[in-house]
Amino acid sequence: MTIAERGSLVVSHRIAFESQQGRVLTFGSDRAWAAAFVAPYAAVFLAFVVYPVGHGLWMASDLALYRELAANPLYARTVVNTALYVGLGVNVTMFLALLLSGFFMRPRWWIKALLPVFILPWALPSIPAFVSFHWMLIGEEGLVNSVLARLGVHGPLWFTDRALALGWDIVAYVWKWLPFWTLTFFAARTAIPLEIYEAAAVDGATGCRRFTHVVFPLLGNLYLVCTLLFTLWTTGDFTTVSLVSEGAPSYSTNVLATLGIHYAFEAARPALGVAAVMSAVPVLIPIAIGLMRTVQTRRIQL
Amino acid sequence: MKRTVIEAASILLGVLLLIWSLMPVYNMLLIALDPDEGDIEFEGLLWPPEPSLRSFQTVLTQGYWLVEDFWRQLGHSFFIGLMTMFLTMLIGSLASFALGRLRVSDGWLLTNVPLLTYAVPASFLVIPFARLMASYGLANSLWAIVAANVTFATPYAIVILRQYATLIPIELDQAAQVDGASPAQVYRRIYLPLMAPALAAIGTFALLLAWNEYLYQYVLLSSTRNMTVAVAIAQFFNSDEAPWNYMMATAILYAVPPIVIFYAIRRYVVAGLTGGAIRSR
Repeated sequence: MTIAERGSLVVSHRIAFESQQGRVLTFGSDRAWAAAFVAPYAAVFLAFVVYPVGHGLWMASDLALYRELAANPLYARTVVNTALYVGLGVNVTMFLALLLSGFFMRPRWWIKALLPVFILPWALPSIPAFVSFHWMLIGEEGLVNSVLARLGVHGPLWFTDRALALGWDIVAYVWKWLPFWTLTFFAARTAIPLEIYEAAAVDGATGCRRFTHVVFPLLGNLYLVCTLLFTLWTTGDFTTVSLVSEGAPSYSTNVLATLGIHYAFEAARPALGVAAVMSAVPVLIPIAIGLMRTVQTRRIQL
Repeated sequence: MKRTVIEAASILLGVLLLIWSLMPVYNMLLIALDPDEGDIEFEGLLWPPEPSLRSFQTVLTQGYWLVEDFWRQLGHSFFIGLMTMFLTMLIGSLASFALGRLRVSDGWLLTNVPLLTYAVPASFLVIPFARLMASYGLANSLWAIVAANVTFATPYAIVILRQYATLIPIELDQAAQVDGASPAQVYRRIYLPLMAPALAAIGTFALLLAWNEYLYQYVLLSSTRNMTVAVAIAQFFNSDEAPWNYMMATAILYAVPPIVIFYAIRRYVVAGLTGGAIRSR
């Protein structure tokens, strides 16, 4: 943390403190109103988060389930897949989104015209999109292999190889979510005042230097929040793998979400399914707490 | 010289992005425009030999058994999408107003607790959720899907709304309260109108979340009577000789409503998405 940042933190703390004091003096009944306004969300949270989570933990509380999972090579492979899927999927998306948001800032008419097309994957629902990916890759004559054939390359059977199949799951996932995060960073970049760029340019920070010394420090916190949030969302992603590779070849590209559903519904072992997915929660809770804290510091720096 | 290189590189990047974004969409059209219940996808063609809209017509007139409930299923999808959107906006804005504007002393924990929801992702909860829905009397009901969607859309909505709310000076609320407005009036007359861009952003987010969602619909809506289009599309995979052109036509038609809505309010979405995140520094 630089001295300037620390300064602004102190100042904003003081502002928050003072305004809080003022508000407490002026409006005594706020607490009752606040309770009334929060009540609908609190009800949702209790009925649809706390209760199901509690029920899930209870279902998965038998330690024998975890011994069974630990002994199962399918589970171990699924954990590796999930780590690869989340690690690559999240970081590739975020990094590309950050770079592309800069590309879309360029003042060219055709780049402006490209933006709406580029956003299309986000607006396109998952099911059609991933079904289409599946068809692009299936067999010898999917669109991808047809295009490759025109270029004189004989494409492989994508879903017969674990690495290729998982790779395409990740590509499809990046394809779907890249626009959303690009748009987020794009919106954040447009909010950086022009004077900051101008001042930086006077000091010699242009091009790459401007990115590393001006843009990234300003967007860094947002980047962290988005990465943490996206990590949590990606870990729970079911649709991509279940429609693009469908776990092929022979269940080797499952992630935890699809494996849990497989255990619960196809193998009719709901408790084992819940145990499989719940085994990831100890990793996710620290990420969620980290996210809460990061969002919080960002709010303080007014 | 350097300028030309950069310009050429950015045009190249633009072309690559265009292909990247449109290739799966093109693939959908390619298969859907095939007039036969056909095997175009097995012949390696890059262009339909005789493009035709027949498969769209079949879906729209429900002329095949796998699409015989298309309109009712689309109605269900609309109901889920719009309800999710409305309730997320309502519950999220109420909560964000209380937590951000009526500052209660132990603010931060309360504000960020919703984010803990994401520590247990939606797909992890579907099994206990399905059991509870049965005990709430919501088994096989569209409301169960709405409840799940709202649960997982609202925490993000609260974060975005709270960020955006930092742009609105608290003095406005105070002035209104001095004039005798109750918090409910401040919420309705000041907070909601000024938050319009952020509300549009999270409304879109919630709608797209509902339209993207598949797992809960697949698990919770078992009967054909209550099925949605998303589940119906996936049903094609279970059928041995499914006509893929009908499936793609259904998929394209299903994709139209969110795209139209999204592009209609795109400006607000961009403005609302991170409005408060940077400007407030």
